[in-house]
Amino acid sequence: MARFDTTTNAGQLLAAASGGRRRRGDRVFSNIAVVAAVTILALLVGVAVFLVTEGFPALTASASELPKQQSFIEYVAPLAFGTVLAAALATVIAVPLAVAVALFITHIAPPRIALTLGFFVDMLAAIPSIVYGLWGIFVLGPAAVPVMRWLEEKLGWIPIFEGPASITGRTMLVVGLVLAVMILPIVSAVAREVFSQTPRKLQEGAQALGATRWEMIRTTVLPFGRSSVISGAMLGLGRALGETMAVAIILSVSGGVTFNLISQANPSTIAANIALNFPESSGLTINLLIATGLVLFAITLATNFLARLIIARSQPQ
Amino acid sequence: MTPPPDSTVATRPQRSIFAQEGGGGALPGWAPWGALVGSLIFCGAVEAALGWFTIALMLVFGALVGIVAVYAWSRAVEGRRRAKDRAITMGIAAAFALSMAPLISLLYEVVKRGAAGLSWEFFTSDARGVVGGGGAEQAIVGTLVITGCAVVISVPIGIMAAIYMNEYGRGPLRRALTFFVDVMTGIPSIVAGLFAYALFELFFGPGIRMGIMGSLALSVLMIPIVIRSAEEVLKIVPNHLREASYALGTPKWKTIVKVVLPTAFAGLVTGVMIATARIIGETAPLLVTTGVVDTTNWNPFSGRMQNLAVYAYNEYRSPGVMKQASYDRAWAAALVLIVIVMLLNVIARLVYRHYKTEMR
Amino acid sequence: MSSSRWLAVFAAACVLVFGLAACGGSGSSGSSSGEGSGESEGGGAPSTEASGEIAGAGSTAQQAAQEAWIAEFENANGGATISYDAVGSGGGREQFIAGGVAYGASDTPLSESEGELGKAIKRCEPGELVEVPNYISPIAIIYNLPGVEELKLEPETLAKIFNQEIENWNDPEIAKENPEVELPETRIVPVNRSDESGTTENFTDYLSKVAPSVWTHEVSGEWPVKGGEAASGTSGVVEAVSAGEGAIGYADASQAGELGIAKIKVGSDWAEPSPEAAAKVLDLSKEDPELEKGSKDVIAFEIDRKTESSGTYPIVLVSSLIGCTKYKSASEAELVKSYFEYATSPEGQELAAEAAGSAPLSSKLSAKVAAAVAAIE
Repeated sequence: MARFDTTTNAGQLLAAASGGRRRRGDRVFSNIAVVAAVTILALLVGVAVFLVTEGFPALTASASELPKQQSFIEYVAPLAFGTVLAAALATVIAVPLAVAVALFITHIAPPRIALTLGFFVDMLAAIPSIVYGLWGIFVLGPAAVPVMRWLEEKLGWIPIFEGPASITGRTMLVVGLVLAVMILPIVSAVAREVFSQTPRKLQEGAQALGATRWEMIRTTVLPFGRSSVISGAMLGLGRALGETMAVAIILSVSGGVTFNLISQANPSTIAANIALNFPESSGLTINLLIATGLVLFAITLATNFLARLIIARSQPQ
Repeated sequence: MTPPPDSTVATRPQRSIFAQEGGGGALPGWAPWGALVGSLIFCGAVEAALGWFTIALMLVFGALVGIVAVYAWSRAVEGRRRAKDRAITMGIAAAFALSMAPLISLLYEVVKRGAAGLSWEFFTSDARGVVGGGGAEQAIVGTLVITGCAVVISVPIGIMAAIYMNEYGRGPLRRALTFFVDVMTGIPSIVAGLFAYALFELFFGPGIRMGIMGSLALSVLMIPIVIRSAEEVLKIVPNHLREASYALGTPKWKTIVKVVLPTAFAGLVTGVMIATARIIGETAPLLVTTGVVDTTNWNPFSGRMQNLAVYAYNEYRSPGVMKQASYDRAWAAALVLIVIVMLLNVIARLVYRHYKTEMR
Repeated sequence: MSSSRWLAVFAAACVLVFGLAACGGSGSSGSSSGEGSGESEGGGAPSTEASGEIAGAGSTAQQAAQEAWIAEFENANGGATISYDAVGSGGGREQFIAGGVAYGASDTPLSESEGELGKAIKRCEPGELVEVPNYISPIAIIYNLPGVEELKLEPETLAKIFNQEIENWNDPEIAKENPEVELPETRIVPVNRSDESGTTENFTDYLSKVAPSVWTHEVSGEWPVKGGEAASGTSGVVEAVSAGEGAIGYADASQAGELGIAKIKVGSDWAEPSPEAAAKVLDLSKEDPELEKGSKDVIAFEIDRKTESSGTYPIVLVSSLIGCTKYKSASEAELVKSYFEYATSPEGQELAAEAAGSAPLSSKLSAKVAAAVAAIE
């Protein structure tokens, strides 16, 4: 095969026309990439198939066969509610904080210590979930008790603060806070990455027009990073929806559907419920638990779908 | 076209979007700090007088009052826009401090409680043949092996998949893939464990326990995080870099390997770090896949393997009669886990600093 | 040096330290009978050395005891490796039936409710099923009331408290049994297990038998009453009770620590949880033919919760070992037999009492159990 000088346009065209060597390299590489993507899909399909096949017997069983004679819907509804409540609480608290943290590190803190600060924020991700659980029980819970008592006293007419305040602090509010701390590093890492890559031209342009730092951030950095931050928030939300150990250890699970955040009667989350009951269960109960896992899968699908819609709608282009 | 504004207090163009309003002076450099300290003292005094004094309350109210004070002061001297800028900057700094508080509390607790359980023996011997004590070497080795295998599985697949989605994917397929990856992030850790167990049970029969099963379960949790952050970083690599490379006649794959990946390298490393940190402390999936054993095992393909997270959980859950000693060991295991991740982070930071290229 | 150089040196030093530690320890299988705290002197090892590898799974209540037995057994038999997965009684039974583990440990005896008894018998064919109690643990009623040193509770009162029918500590019903004590007005917070557990099952079994008019809930491992404070694991319950004034809960007696333990009326006595009292209950209980199904090596009790004899404490958890008389390989059978023999021997039971706080089998029961275990070939 003739060789062409591919540094020139003409050479390129000729090489392409003759079906040169690089076609093979390209094909191999793109095949590897496709295989990787397909593997991901296969994994996901595998998990879905697993959930469906193992959960199926419980989905089709009648209420009398299931433990406590509840139908599947009755069993899973409070769990789904608890899952969404805890995750929503965590995301609402964590995302604004994560954006603030990312802004601080990329635009406000002196550049020399910025990297070290980022290191510290990432440390939050390093802490194992059981440690968060133990911290929630031993530290945050007891510290929250006086706060919850105050909330019950002064704001008890709002349903979320109805009380009676838990004496150990192991409530939905504390779980929401702990989950927020757990997902903060994930969202902030993504936000940091994208904020620091805001094109200089845009930022300097704003400053040249006399913008204050905040105005520059508001008009250039935030819009540029908006969709990435939402993606980061989705990552965090996914983590919060699926968090098992910390919730299982902390939450006092003895209630059903309620918005009361400070009492001891809380609904469980799907993941925590599986972790708490799986060891001692056998037979149909196992299928029941896995079926709830399937429901969680569906919830994650739905939330992501909604998020995509929101991102798509808000894109100006 | 209006003339560009200058910084002296003279004419201001009426139609600039950043029109100046009032003020024009400047606060002294120490102003924000002075106001903060002043308000902290003020709030502390008020609380002491009312009998409500706690440090946390003083910090919170002090910060709020400080921000308001700076805003008012700056508004009077410098004008509304500057005042808003100052107040919001302080607010962001306060939010940062608030976010660091849990970290400080967590680290303090883990170090304080974990130090009690650490000893040379903890690192160098395993718990075989020892009642109510012994080392945790089997757990440390297990964590390193299982996590190492998980990283080896997840990183190539994850990054290649992100490359596919970003560089090769077209419209609907790519959107579908992104969507499904997001869904994967929501898989509860215990479901990933059960899945890995069920998969191996198909081939090896019931009761099978292997280190690699744990790695598979962890990969299921890790891959979506690697992909999402890799995808974000690859997306940001400016197109003109790619186009310049194509213009020089470089084939697509070489462009990706030699231009796109190196540019995104630092961000990719961060993404992998976050993902590793996420899974290294996972307990639930490992409980059902790798089993519990007190002998050191280096082979992920045969036999049970202990790891630090499960070890800590066990020591907490079933402490036996010497309760405090078991709790100490649990915290010590957690401390070692955090130190391992810190080390990995440090290594990643070094790599990051070395390779970070600035994108226009 | 620049800061990144310092970081590099630091990282390298740490890696070196860890590496040395790892290499230093890797040859340690079977060699360390090390210096850990609370280690007991080696004793009660079987006379012939067994070797091989077996795995067991099941009850989390037995976990600490199993770990102690395994450690001592491996010490005496260097060639043996035993592992125990505390996946829970349900998981243990499942895995045993599926053939995934050589032995199981369960807080509740195999029964026909899910057809498990039949399946287990099938698994052991051509041999027979062996099921023997090996772990007896008294369940204490722990409470947190500063200043109240002694608390006496009648079974019905106890049931009403946990059923949330009595709301304050100074309720007349409690006061009537505790005339010498000043009870505060504090709200009662009943603490229960949020995870499914054998402790819950045994406690609810007790309540349903002694106070059937109050406790009308189904007996199960899952706590039936909503609205209380729920905690995960025995440690969780103990921590929750410690954290809240006015809390009362049920947990393994060995974990109670500094908390107050209530005295429960048994007959005409006020009984406290103790190993002897717990073991005595089993001696007074009858074996349950439904659960034994004619297998001569299965010892399963219907625990006599309503006993009124003095010196007994009926709130107990009785956990059993499950095995077969024949296994696929003779060495597996021999290892299982040696291990079971050790665990149920007086020395083994003493070890468990020391390490996990259980109540040793009474001599009468011990003899019965030994006979069943001897059937393993």
